Amino acid sequence: MSNTSGKTPKLDKLDKGPWPSFVKEIKRAAEKSPMSKDLLGQLELSYEEKIGHWKHGGIVGVFGYGGGVIGRYSDVPDKFPNVAHFHTMRVNMPSAWFYSTEALRKLCDIWEKHGSGLLNMHGSTGDIIFLGTVTDKLEPIFAELTEAGFDLGGSGSDVRTPSCCVGPARCEWACYDTLNLCYDLTMHYQDELHRPAFPYKFKFKCAGCPNDCVASVARADMSIIGTWKDGIQIDNGAVKEYADKGMNIQKDVCGNCPAKCMEWDGSTMAIDNSLCRRCMHCINVMPKALRPGKERGACIMIGSKAPIVEGALLSSVLVPFMKMEPPYEELKDLVEKMHDIWCEEGKNRERIGEFIQRVGLGNFLEAIEVEPSPYMVEHPRDNPYVFYEEYFEEGDEDEGEEEDE
Amino acid sequence: MADELTAEQVADAMYKMVADAQGQKKLKPMDLQKSMIEYFGGDRCDKKLCKAAIKELIESGRCVYTYFGGSFIELPHEEGAAKG
Repeated sequence: MSNTSGKTPKLDKLDKGPWPSFVKEIKRAAEKSPMSKDLLGQLELSYEEKIGHWKHGGIVGVFGYGGGVIGRYSDVPDKFPNVAHFHTMRVNMPSAWFYSTEALRKLCDIWEKHGSGLLNMHGSTGDIIFLGTVTDKLEPIFAELTEAGFDLGGSGSDVRTPSCCVGPARCEWACYDTLNLCYDLTMHYQDELHRPAFPYKFKFKCAGCPNDCVASVARADMSIIGTWKDGIQIDNGAVKEYADKGMNIQKDVCGNCPAKCMEWDGSTMAIDNSLCRRCMHCINVMPKALRPGKERGACIMIGSKAPIVEGALLSSVLVPFMKMEPPYEELKDLVEKMHDIWCEEGKNRERIGEFIQRVGLGNFLEAIEVEPSPYMVEHPRDNPYVFYEEYFEEGDEDEGEEEDE
Repeated sequence: MADELTAEQVADAMYKMVADAQGQKKLKPMDLQKSMIEYFGGDRCDKKLCKAAIKELIESGRCVYTYFGGSFIELPHEEGAAKG
């Protein structure tokens, strides 16, 4: 059964109640956009038939770019001709999503003029997502966006638009300037961002501290998470104030420390920083009393991804501590080595985390010239990639072979 | 000593490869790069030159990027999905 009557009884159920509703927004857009009206119809049809009616991918894009536009087509264009083409555009957002109201109005004007008027602020990539336009409108949109100071983001097998947390712009715990690094990476990897040349996508996400507000540990091929090398800064007077106001320091702070490296004797807090796991729990609970250490930088982690071709992965430690200061040469050198080996040996649609799993972390570390470190071991007897070659003596292998024969 | 290779020459060789493969195999930029380095030799052709050649191919409009589960370089064509 097709739904071209304009009635949407199933979607209407998602429009009830005081909460924000995507149906409510599409209906508002449909008042002046035929594209949004047909979108409602097709969505209602999908709800009736319990099947999606979109095809995606293909050839669309703006001249010279290989990313930034995701072709999307209806597989029922005869019923809903206004969404026969319903392409998505990804627009590179500013670092940490800071906008002026003027910039937001400009973006909305461009999209109302050339697209459906619907957008996501923001997609899971972090980009501004313009939802629904036709192939002929792509170049005019791109021209107006660049005139307004915006560029397209990444899509396909390229460097995806780097994203970051608010960092030092609004957060006292930032261990490095996430906004600057995000901008620097975006500019440095322009070619890789717009011209897909990798086996699959590659994402950078910059988090200023281990709270990881951009969830980089779960979503970025390279997670750059702020940390510190020395000890947590303690203001014992402020700790006492928390205690005086009723906080149970022993139970709520020391008791919840995953490393059990904190002690509180009623007047003094002591931390064995050699055991500290940088989880931020104690700092989050007593922000006035505890602060990250003074020797700050970032931990470089590698390999997380959501489940698409293979299952989900979390990032694991690659470099326990790296100073994060412009021009970030050490980081860029590392990235270049990683890209080289992954491009050379990676399979089509193989993320770098999957690639490392396939070739083994030991071989990967050798290729990128990084020494194995105990910090890379997630659990005891895990990551068995360190081979103690010095324990083998010459002839050991030959003897084994002889025995096999 | 062999003449210095230009990005245009590499782009021409890449174009031929893409044209020959059209309809049979989708080629990724890395496929083209590896083939060019093998064809011209690593001493004459490197990653940087291949990147410049791909840029030339795309910006001249002779080839386009496509996405079908991964990104490829193909001759411009009307995609099936666009026809409905």
